[in-house]
Amino acid sequence: MKGQSLSLLTTLGWRNLWRHPRRTFVILFAIILGVWFMIISAGMMIGIVEQQLKDTIFNLTGHAQIHHKKFRDDPAIEHSMSAPSKELLAVLNSNEVKKWSSRIRLPAVVTSERESRGVTLLGIDPAREQGLSFIGKPVVAGRALESIDDKGIIIGRRMAEKLETRIGKRIVLMMQDKNNEVADRGFRIVGLYQAELEATELAYVFVGLKTAQKLLDIGNELSEISLLTDSRKDLESLVTSLRVAAPDLESMSWQELEPLVVLTMEFYEAFMIYWYFIIFAAMGIGLTNTMLMAVFERTREIGLFQALGMRPSYIVGQVLMETLILLIIGVALGNLLGWFTTDVILANGIDLSAFAKGTEQFNMSSTMMLTLRTNDLMQINILVILLGLLASLYPAIKAARYIPVEAITRT
Amino acid sequence: MSIVLRLAWRNLWRNRRRTWLTAGAIAFSTILLVGWVPIQFGAYDIMINATLRVFPGHAQIQRPGYQDKQKIRNTINNAESLATSLRGSNPLYTGISVRAQGFVLLSSGTRSYGAQVVGVEPKHEGGTSSIPGQVKEGRYLSSIDAQEIVIGRALARNLKLKVGDEVTLLGGGKDGSVAAAILPVVGIFKSGSNDLDRFFSEIPLHTFQNIFSMGSSAHTIVIVGKSVDEQTKLISALNNAISDRSDVIVLGWEALIPGMKEAIKIDKVSGFIFLGILIAIVIFSILNTFLMSILERTREFGLMLALGSRPKRIAGLMMLESALLTMIGLVIGFVIGTALVYWAHVEGMHYPGVEELAEQFNLPDMSRIYPQMKIFNFLLGPITIFVATNIAAWIPILRIRKLEPVEAMRTI
Repeated sequence: MKGQSLSLLTTLGWRNLWRHPRRTFVILFAIILGVWFMIISAGMMIGIVEQQLKDTIFNLTGHAQIHHKKFRDDPAIEHSMSAPSKELLAVLNSNEVKKWSSRIRLPAVVTSERESRGVTLLGIDPAREQGLSFIGKPVVAGRALESIDDKGIIIGRRMAEKLETRIGKRIVLMMQDKNNEVADRGFRIVGLYQAELEATELAYVFVGLKTAQKLLDIGNELSEISLLTDSRKDLESLVTSLRVAAPDLESMSWQELEPLVVLTMEFYEAFMIYWYFIIFAAMGIGLTNTMLMAVFERTREIGLFQALGMRPSYIVGQVLMETLILLIIGVALGNLLGWFTTDVILANGIDLSAFAKGTEQFNMSSTMMLTLRTNDLMQINILVILLGLLASLYPAIKAARYIPVEAITRT
Repeated sequence: MSIVLRLAWRNLWRNRRRTWLTAGAIAFSTILLVGWVPIQFGAYDIMINATLRVFPGHAQIQRPGYQDKQKIRNTINNAESLATSLRGSNPLYTGISVRAQGFVLLSSGTRSYGAQVVGVEPKHEGGTSSIPGQVKEGRYLSSIDAQEIVIGRALARNLKLKVGDEVTLLGGGKDGSVAAAILPVVGIFKSGSNDLDRFFSEIPLHTFQNIFSMGSSAHTIVIVGKSVDEQTKLISALNNAISDRSDVIVLGWEALIPGMKEAIKIDKVSGFIFLGILIAIVIFSILNTFLMSILERTREFGLMLALGSRPKRIAGLMMLESALLTMIGLVIGFVIGTALVYWAHVEGMHYPGVEELAEQFNLPDMSRIYPQMKIFNFLLGPITIFVATNIAAWIPILRIRKLEPVEAMRTI
């Protein structure tokens, strides 16, 4: 169709739309509601996954990690690695890496005067953990670790409750040292940290990196190096250069480290598409019905158009254009409303702290943040417009098939 | 058939296509609703039952305070005789077992890990926990005083243990003494819950009592009933049964796993909000049809008014029409929806990839969901739609009262 006829169709479509303003508003409202709902549910689902992903990365995972090749399968002291070589340091200190830190991460048993529990001991470099993991700035009571040879220990708030201990008390850490002997040492609790999930608080205790190395008698050896880049995407080249720099170690991106999180994400993204279709079906039926009605009541007029020489493709074009205008208005307002809901009304997330124990059960944070991603919005908008046009194709073709004489004579 | 009913029915078929499309929209949302609610509730059933059956049971008898602080000293005296007196006393109980729990350091040749060790009655544990049935290598514990241990798969891997290897237990006894033993691993289980597989081991109850100097005491008596629905009956029966023991209390699963109930609440609330919005979209979608079927007949109404029909009668006719239309959609949707749900109920629904997800959420085996077949679940959706569409129909109907016969007849 030429430009001129396109503008003619647009004018026709626009005017046809406002012959029955009430009807148009009703269907418009259905479309807006549908698009808004798609956006909100996408925002919620992606928000949940995104939150989980961020928590996972922040929960001592980072964007990539380096280990001894056997450490991940069997996190034991003999699978420690030596301090980073010159080549590896060059990559770690390059511009691609924003932060990195080395850690000791080994199983231990912690015993208070009354209770004992199995934990994971982390020997950390407090300065380097800033912004890299949650332990960078987590202490709710007492003080944080100050240096790598800090003599104190930091445990979870709820861990302290379980152990029936408090700041200032001593607890004993028991673990295996380099020679497979049981190494134990008393630590004074200097601070308590708080994490979103109870499981995290019960899982980790933190001491200075040097202190841990001394306790285990392993010199400068480490369990892992964790690093953060500018973006969690496109890590392949960095991981490859880490692998080249340290061929005898295992370098992995977070996707390889946490396959379950990736799986969750894929599951939700696939589910979203089904969900869009369900919502669309709810409003698509109304759209088809409305267009069908619009065509039906214009039988005479369409017959006249045809008698005057308008080709069937133009009739189809007319109905499709009318739908397209309707859809574009609906989608635009739906997007606006969706954006307003997620970024203004619910900008601080949905507070689920009344159900804190329930969110804990699902490993979820107690504040649900909604996340809008451009490609989700694009997906929704394209889907609605394409399916919407498809839904009005039936009324359009129906109209184009009217036989002029019959149509005109109809009352 | 009364004249009004006949009129309404005929009016409905004056525009077949529109009627079918509207009925289709209603049928579609009915299918969704009829399917949705039973599947949602079915999923809760699976979730609760699977989680409770792994280990916690439907209810537990404990000493007051044990749930919050699981101290080895806080024991039930003569636990086994109490359990024996409960067994068979009420058909509500389908499984009862006695447990004692402690924390130990498990060591194999070169490795040590902290772990939970549970003393169980091998003969009865199968009735209250799914772990005995999930031994993947070797076998479960043989007798109540056998010198043997079964451990979780991840724990076995971390300790580098195979069936037949020996493992050392080191912990603190009830009297504060050192509790130590060396036991052969006879089985390795995989429960589906990461936490259990990593931190859990079981030994026979009497062996536990010997090692931890517990005498004849234990920590919990676990009771499993027929289903979660009979929870209230189960709890009151238990409370009656232990009324002569002032030293123990009964805790239901809501108290044992407080997170579960809230998790379901969140899901239920959000599920209903989502459904509500979806229904709103459907209603706006079909509102136009109702609107049009009335607006296009302005002339006809004018004529009816002029011939002496009262607006009330016309409104009644319209109400009947929309009720009939809704019923057509509801019946179609209900039949299809029920058939689908029934099929799913028999076959079980399977989502690919859900096992891994369930494991991450600490939910054991959720791979098949059997929708809950209950009258309420089925009728909830259709009733909502019926009410909603009839309210929607009111909007155009209200216009009829304002119609002036002469003017109305002039409109095209």
